[in-house]
Amino acid sequence: MEVRVAQVCKTYTRGRDAVLAVDGVSFTVHAGEFVALLGPSGCGKSTLLFIVGGLLLPSSGRVEFGGALGGRPLTAMVFQDFALFPWRTVLHNVAFGLEVRGVPPRDRVLRARELIRTVGLEGFEHRFPRELSGGMRQRVGMARAFAVDPAVLLMDEPLSALDAQTRDLMQDELLRLCERQSRTVLYVTHNIHEAAYLADRVVLLSRRPGRVRGVLDVPLPRPRDEAMQASPAFVGFTREIWAMIKDEARAAMAEESA
Amino acid sequence: MSTQVHERVVYAEAQGEPDLRPHTHLRVTAVAVLLLAWEAISRAGIFPRVFLPPPSAVAVELWHLAASGDLWRNVQPSLLRILIGFAIGSAAGAVLGTLAAVSVRAEAVIDPLVALAYPIPKIALLPLIILWLGIGEGSKIAVIAVGAFFPVFISTVTGLRGANPSLMRAAQSLGARRWQIIQKVMIPSALPVAFAGLRLATGMSLLLVVSAEMIAATRGIGYLILYAGDLLQTTRLMAGIAVLSVLGLLSTWLLRWFERMVVRGVE
Repeated sequence: MEVRVAQVCKTYTRGRDAVLAVDGVSFTVHAGEFVALLGPSGCGKSTLLFIVGGLLLPSSGRVEFGGALGGRPLTAMVFQDFALFPWRTVLHNVAFGLEVRGVPPRDRVLRARELIRTVGLEGFEHRFPRELSGGMRQRVGMARAFAVDPAVLLMDEPLSALDAQTRDLMQDELLRLCERQSRTVLYVTHNIHEAAYLADRVVLLSRRPGRVRGVLDVPLPRPRDEAMQASPAFVGFTREIWAMIKDEARAAMAEESA
Repeated sequence: MSTQVHERVVYAEAQGEPDLRPHTHLRVTAVAVLLLAWEAISRAGIFPRVFLPPPSAVAVELWHLAASGDLWRNVQPSLLRILIGFAIGSAAGAVLGTLAAVSVRAEAVIDPLVALAYPIPKIALLPLIILWLGIGEGSKIAVIAVGAFFPVFISTVTGLRGANPSLMRAAQSLGARRWQIIQKVMIPSALPVAFAGLRLATGMSLLLVVSAEMIAATRGIGYLILYAGDLLQTTRLMAGIAVLSVLGLLSTWLLRWFERMVVRGVE
């Protein structure tokens, strides 16, 4: 489903101070497209994602969904800190979205089991999150989001809390899951390689207040595979992005350490 | 050996049961040493018996009390007062605490009232409650209920407010409505803290039942202890104290069991 973000601004008020976090951001995610929101820390990319997901209201501007017949379409989110319910088993975490939508127990368990199989966690249905590794936890997070069959999948740095090897493996896992059903995905990351490897298009945001610096098409065909990360097209593309945000990233770092 | 222990601890943590009880022999020894020392000092005749009867005599007295029916005659009313008062007070605390935690308006009404009433030592209310409800069971139950209310109210509010916001966002993003977020995220998150409040409330109930019975009762453990003290029946007095200790332990165990049932119930 198409998502149109139109002139969205967000101002946070902390005491007497008003901080402009997002300043007039517009972009479109086409149906079936994987778009990465890329920017340095504190650029308001997570704020934008929360606004698209209906977890925050924009101070001004709108988010429109193409072809939505009244009301918000279904969005589901995957979080950096996994946000799994620690008192629920894997099975009941994955079934949560179906449970709150009133899907009967038998059906939701069937559907949850199917997704647990899809993300490769068969046999772990009755484990608790604390018994799983980080990579496995995020597989649960993904299965939980996929379970409600969202029209738009929203991911907030889902792989940032994982170690480097696990992250590489999970990127391929994620590609496999999203390419199979050509999902509409909005993916927040600060990692240039990740954005380039996963997305069809990259929306580049500036440092606070977040503004769109550019929208770039990723010059790689689908389905993606690991070998493409060594291709001249991929390397050239990531260099191009780095050249665009290098100065801002440095400035952001200096600001944070100050 | 040490790796073995370590593995056991790690395993237990993974199973979510951190309350391992290692060194059982040390635990038993500590209690035994205390009792033996007490027995020895008491029998050495340094102090008059009426001040420090030996634990063996207390045990015998306890046996006599139980056999004659005096024990149950006094334990039963105390238990009933605690159970009813605790149930009313903690239920009210949990309900009002939930209201205050999820509704800003309810909080604005409830919070100042609680802040004013909380510091009052609850036993000071007993004379007033007796004026209102008479000297019978009602006034004792009421003072226990008031005492149990506050720890449960405070821990319920603290527990619910402490729910992880990222879990609430996750629930919301998956389509949960407000009451579903309360029921399926906030309440399960709050349970451990809420149960800590219930444990405090049982302690408070025990304290208040004894105090109330010392002020106005003709039956009950508090009455038994006070009466024995007046007659210099120190052995009987100590037997009553021992019963209180056992009651406290029992209530802790019962609550732990109840907590496990409830936690299992929320999946």
